[in-house]
Amino acid sequence: MLPLTTVTQETTQVGEPWLNMTIFGLFVAITMVIVLRASRNNKTAADYYAAGRSFTGSQNGTAIAGDYLSAASFLGIVGAIAINGYDGFLYSIGFLVAWLVALLLVAELLRNTGKFTMADVLSFRLKQRPVRIAAATTTLAVCFFYLLAQMAGAGALVSLLLGIDDRLGQSIVITVVGALMILYVLVGGMKGTTWVQIIKACLLIAGAFVMTVWVLALYGFNLSALLGDAAATAGNPEILNPGLQYGVSETSKFDFISLALALVLGTAALPHVLMRFYTVPTAKEARRSVVWAIWLIGAFYLFTLVLGYGAGALIGPDAINAAPGGVNSAAPLLAFHLGGPLLLGVISAVAFATILAVVAGLTITAAASFAHDIYANVVRKGKVDADGEVKVARRTVVVIGVLSILGGIGAQGQNVAFLVALAFAVAASANLPTIIYSLFWKKFSTRGAVWSMYGGLAAAVVLIAFSPVVSGAETSMIPGADFAWFPLKNPGIVSIPLAFFLGWLGTVLDKTVEDPAKQAEMEVRSLTGVGAEKAVEH
Amino acid sequence: MGQHPSPEADPTATVDFQEVQQRPEFKELRHRHRSFVFPMAIAFLLWYFLYVLLADYAHDFMSIKLVGNINVGLVLGLLQFVSTVAITMWYVSYANKKLDPIAAGIRHDLESAEQPPAGGTK
Repeated sequence: MLPLTTVTQETTQVGEPWLNMTIFGLFVAITMVIVLRASRNNKTAADYYAAGRSFTGSQNGTAIAGDYLSAASFLGIVGAIAINGYDGFLYSIGFLVAWLVALLLVAELLRNTGKFTMADVLSFRLKQRPVRIAAATTTLAVCFFYLLAQMAGAGALVSLLLGIDDRLGQSIVITVVGALMILYVLVGGMKGTTWVQIIKACLLIAGAFVMTVWVLALYGFNLSALLGDAAATAGNPEILNPGLQYGVSETSKFDFISLALALVLGTAALPHVLMRFYTVPTAKEARRSVVWAIWLIGAFYLFTLVLGYGAGALIGPDAINAAPGGVNSAAPLLAFHLGGPLLLGVISAVAFATILAVVAGLTITAAASFAHDIYANVVRKGKVDADGEVKVARRTVVVIGVLSILGGIGAQGQNVAFLVALAFAVAASANLPTIIYSLFWKKFSTRGAVWSMYGGLAAAVVLIAFSPVVSGAETSMIPGADFAWFPLKNPGIVSIPLAFFLGWLGTVLDKTVEDPAKQAEMEVRSLTGVGAEKAVEH
Repeated sequence: MGQHPSPEADPTATVDFQEVQQRPEFKELRHRHRSFVFPMAIAFLLWYFLYVLLADYAHDFMSIKLVGNINVGLVLGLLQFVSTVAITMWYVSYANKKLDPIAAGIRHDLESAEQPPAGGTK
């Protein structure tokens, strides 16, 4: 145990931080050049929001993987497997399987009917104003929760990887990350954001691949031997079996079902993922994007299985828990164990790049939703030219960037890990029912859409506010108070069926009949791609 | 929908979509699409939740060792990866063969038959 603790201190305090920062600086420099080159053609709204619809399916699929594989799924899942074993792996499977919803039910139809945002599709055949406002509200809510989680994570990552433990130092790094993100999104728009995500996805997956082969090579490419050693180091054979994390009580078992439901139904309704489908020229390329994303994300989660058990075997759960950053330190510690300071530097830089790419994707989505849905279509009722709209979008980027920096600084040291799960739960409750209904249910009405979106959003947020993640437990956000009456940490199992029910109820109670011509147009367009937005020619 | 006139006028702005919706080839396309994606979505969700319930409530079953330290849980988990990729490939080949040709036919019909109108909005 003794040598391991020394390693821990070395990696997180002296020596390496400058190397980590240098490699990250290199990443920033290279991506900045690419963003500047890519942004020369940013003229129209379609350029700014949808990268001129000029990416190929494989490029977009890689960017989707870059957008989706957040620091939570890299550091978090490796750590969860290292410490809780099988249950960490169980978590990652939901993230992958969920892509089938996007592939089968959403991606192509959405690409064929929409223009820039999720609200384009949802308001296609319903009343513009109420549906757009509702869809923009849920989009902004999901982006806000996800963004806050990422920025708070950045603070934790700083103390772990750069050895900066004081509040001021962490705040400075969060500000730098936020400022860089604003710069990327302002200058590069969707094109720049996409390239940052593509480069980050390649680095992340390549880094995980190298470490995976390395770990497997240490065990003669024998997975069983690796598992055996992980169980031996942990001193607990149960690490190979389900139940360590989610099996502790009947409530936690039920909680996992609720989480699984939110993961599998939430992914295909995340607004920043949906917006990526507009960056390709056709529905066929949108399909290809999902196929690429499924392969890359699937491969990545297989790597995290090996890395998680590898960290469990080579570092051990006790040493990981004792390190600064706790669970999240498993992957960096494993990188240091394998390849010394250089590999640690690379992995640290990749972790920062991950946060940068994900927040950039979220910010441009939120800005597009505000400028396109709220400002252009609701406030100005469509009477604004594309330049005016993009100008508002750019200003919104700055506002959101500043808010997320402040949020990230404010959330330091707070336990806000639940925000990612909440973002998925909100997406699955507030967005997915309306997406599915409006694509497939002829009678679906405005009232159904509005009830389902607001009802799903409110249910998810209210249940979380009165759950043990906010109060009433030692690990709560507000440990001193206790106003929790909802026993689960994940609201999905209640809020998702409720939102589907409200969508149905609102529709059957709605006496106004929606325009059948619009319904016909949406159905024909969604399935055939007639009149779909074309790529911008330069 | 859109308020920015597209660079080129939308040639489908005057199409009677209700008429298209009633065409047999469109009905066939919709039938083929739905009869694939709905059962497939239900099937993979059932299979995923079967796995979740087993991992949640059947710890002893999932912990049975098959080869060395590889247990039922790990094999079922890896099978989720296999089934996800298999459904993906199946759908892609189905869409390429059974959906795309009809969709392209209808699209071609509508976009070539109509003369571009003056306005560009849909």
